[in-house]
Amino acid sequence: MIIKINGRDEIIAEKLKLSALVESKELSSEKIVIEHNFAIIPKEKWQGITLQVNDQVEIIGFMGGG
Amino acid sequence: MEDLLDIGGKLIANRLFIGTGKFSSYALMRSALESARAQIVTVALRRVDAGSKTENILDYIPKQCVIMLNTSGARNADEAVRIARLARAISPASNWVKIEVIRDNKYLLPDNLETLKATEILSQEGFAVFPYMSPDLSMAKRMMDAGAACVMPLGSPIGSNRGIKTRELVEIMAREVKIPVIVDAGLGSPSEACECMELGCAAVLVNTAIAIAGDPVNMAKAFSDAVGAGRRAYLAGLASDSKQANPSSPLTGFLR
Repeated sequence: MIIKINGRDEIIAEKLKLSALVESKELSSEKIVIEHNFAIIPKEKWQGITLQVNDQVEIIGFMGGG
Repeated sequence: MEDLLDIGGKLIANRLFIGTGKFSSYALMRSALESARAQIVTVALRRVDAGSKTENILDYIPKQCVIMLNTSGARNADEAVRIARLARAISPASNWVKIEVIRDNKYLLPDNLETLKATEILSQEGFAVFPYMSPDLSMAKRMMDAGAACVMPLGSPIGSNRGIKTRELVEIMAREVKIPVIVDAGLGSPSEACECMELGCAAVLVNTAIAIAGDPVNMAKAFSDAVGAGRRAYLAGLASDSKQANPSSPLTGFLR
């Protein structure tokens, strides 16, 4: 199925958990925040979210800026 | 007695705030922050792409620094609020946020009205709010009433290195506004940062002029020294000026 990750369409497995998505992308959970359909999801709740078709996921971290 | 800036619940000795953009590497940025003994640094948010094994900026910011998120990229108050909440979710300890709401891509001048709205919302949510704004005394007072920790008028457009072109307005703000006035944006040289401090500003924020200098580490120290000198001069009270000469050596009459 297709969901939007950081504004781009991506094909993911059915019934994929948000936590599994983060793992598959090899991201450090300490340094990112995830927005799922415009709601900020705390790390401890990633396991409980099953991604649905057309979901929107934003994976955000810090960068240099003035 | 030590001269400390009381802001956002902290006491800050170094009145040079440093932005972390545009450095050629995070390692160089860290050296510059250390050389200036920076205590306040700004960072931004970005999307983290899959598989990106890029270094994490937080690993390069000295532990004693307070991290202030900027909301760059926000085009209205709602987007600024969204960015601030995201940042707090990553780093719950850092509740300092610089509101930057910009709809003008040519000059990157801030939208004061949207900035005020975001300031109200985020102050109520417990953020220490640092609004980046076009210098305007009435708006600065409204920012204060909305709960802002300070006001951050621009010296000249972001990244332009043109100095304190807004001098008259910033000086009025520094005199009249009861919260700290921190000049942000456009300062190109240490002398300009020093000038802001002599005018009575509480601090300055510099990024581009340090990050893209020939030697950012030395430039960071130069800015820090200049800010310290300007602050000291302000506290000492500048001597009055005059259009006529006033001899500083005695004009004794023995040669006449």
